[in-house]
Amino acid sequence: MLELLSKGNIMSERKIIDARGTYCPGPLMELIAAMKQAEIGDELEILSTDEGSVNDVPEWINKVGHDMVETTQEGDVWHIIVRKAK
Amino acid sequence: MKILIVGGGMGGTIVANNLARRLESELRSGKAQVTMLSASDQHMYQPGLLYTSIGRMAPDELYRDQRSLLEPEVEFHVDPVVTFDLDNNQVVTKSGKTHSYDQLVIATGSRAAPETIPGLAENSVNCYTEAAALEMLRQVRDFKGGTVGIVVGVPHKCPMIPLEVTFVLHDYFKEKGIADKVQFQYTYPIGRIHALAPVAEWATGEFARLGINTTTLFNMKEVDGNKIVHSEEGETVDADLLIAVPPHRGMQVIEDNNLGGNGFIPTDRHSLKMDGRDNVYIVGDTTNLPISKAGSTAHFEAEAVAENLAALIKFGTSVRDYDGKVFCFIEAGKERATYAMFDYNNPPNPKAPNKAVHWFKMAYNQLYWASARGLL
Ligand SMILES: Cc1cc2nc3c(=O)[nH]c(=O)nc-3n(C[C@H](O)[C@H](O)[C@H](O)COP(=O)(O)OP(=O)(O)OC[C@H]3O[C@@H](n4cnc5c(N)ncnc54)[C@H](O)[C@@H]3O)c2cc1C
Repeated sequence: MLELLSKGNIMSERKIIDARGTYCPGPLMELIAAMKQAEIGDELEILSTDEGSVNDVPEWINKVGHDMVETTQEGDVWHIIVRKAK
Repeated sequence: MKILIVGGGMGGTIVANNLARRLESELRSGKAQVTMLSASDQHMYQPGLLYTSIGRMAPDELYRDQRSLLEPEVEFHVDPVVTFDLDNNQVVTKSGKTHSYDQLVIATGSRAAPETIPGLAENSVNCYTEAAALEMLRQVRDFKGGTVGIVVGVPHKCPMIPLEVTFVLHDYFKEKGIADKVQFQYTYPIGRIHALAPVAEWATGEFARLGINTTTLFNMKEVDGNKIVHSEEGETVDADLLIAVPPHRGMQVIEDNNLGGNGFIPTDRHSLKMDGRDNVYIVGDTTNLPISKAGSTAHFEAEAVAENLAALIKFGTSVRDYDGKVFCFIEAGKERATYAMFDYNNPPNPKAPNKAVHWFKMAYNQLYWASARGLL
């Protein structure tokens, strides 16, 4: 599920990718697909119940050259925010 | 109540037949009506394309007449939808007819879109349409040796294809007696060789045994004329025969009607209703749900939607949620296979591949038609 949220007073949009409880293709693959559609500067927030995402996502983001913004945990859900840099 | 189903593939067909059985008396009395609009009078068994691409299943074996798969009470027209007018509960077809509905089911599927990666369509083959599978057969048959590159776009239909196509081609070249002249270079978008961690772990051992090279975190950016694939991550794969699992999109009609980005419609993961619409259900590859685009997903979703639509008539309310269930066979080469089953709450735990599951999968190639009829 992709929703567009307005980030308060900043004008760009943050896309939420709800990949909770999904194993295949899984959170990182969803993020890769969503990143293709995003514009440079857009932020994407991935929701994942797979703790592996906490390592998988930064590994890919760093390799490809996008930006990690923030990782937080609420209950058993990880919220990982990234920014498209190129 | 008028129920209109758009799309006569795996998802649409199961919704229609399931409804026809549940609503037998309502359809007879005219209290309910089930109509299907599709783009073709034929129904294709898409998994068969993998076998067509290596000459093991003839193209005519892939098809059945769609009308013959439907319960007689289902009204069927080959007349694709061109306009979805959701505010007025109606669609307009290519022939110019307007069909109104009380409840709408959209199951138009997805399509491989190699043209979205520069150079991919011209320099690779794939098994996602009949024409593409026949071209793949031609190139695979003529291949005398060198590097076979396997490249994978996201999202893609059938998550098992990257591994399966590799195992199947490995067997093919071995049987042909040229295995020693063929190197495999398998790539995958994330940091392991398959989305499902246990499957990746098992396949890593198999690939090592077979001498198949792998590059992970490899997402295609462009392909140049020498079949050199450049990745977003800055790496390259140089192939003599390039096998693609192209990135997919939903159907053009979904994009043209602004129903969802890249042709995938925003869908509630439990009710399978289109976001913001109470009488529009989305089934199969067309949803934007982060779950496998597979026939089994379409099948389980279709059963949930049909049960709820019938319940609307019988109880006045829906009665159950879709639980995210997916079941996938995994062909492992050497006449062995395994399977993975999971849902939103239960992760997969596939067993080691064996011959029995392979033969069951072979039987399923025929049983598919019983499944589409809703008999399985
Ligand atoms: C090579 C290959 C191997 C596969 N292997 C497996 C496997 O092993 N296991 C598995 O579970 N899945 C597998 N799949 C995936 C599976 O075939 C699909 O996920 C499944 O068919 C999706 O069902 P669907 O109903 O969403 O779409 P489809 O079955 O693709 O049906 C879409 C329907 O919509 C119709 N349509 C299109 N546009 C319009 C329009 N404008 N108006 C009306 N109708 C329209 C089409 O004519 C078609 O009838 C494989 C697919 C391929 C290509």
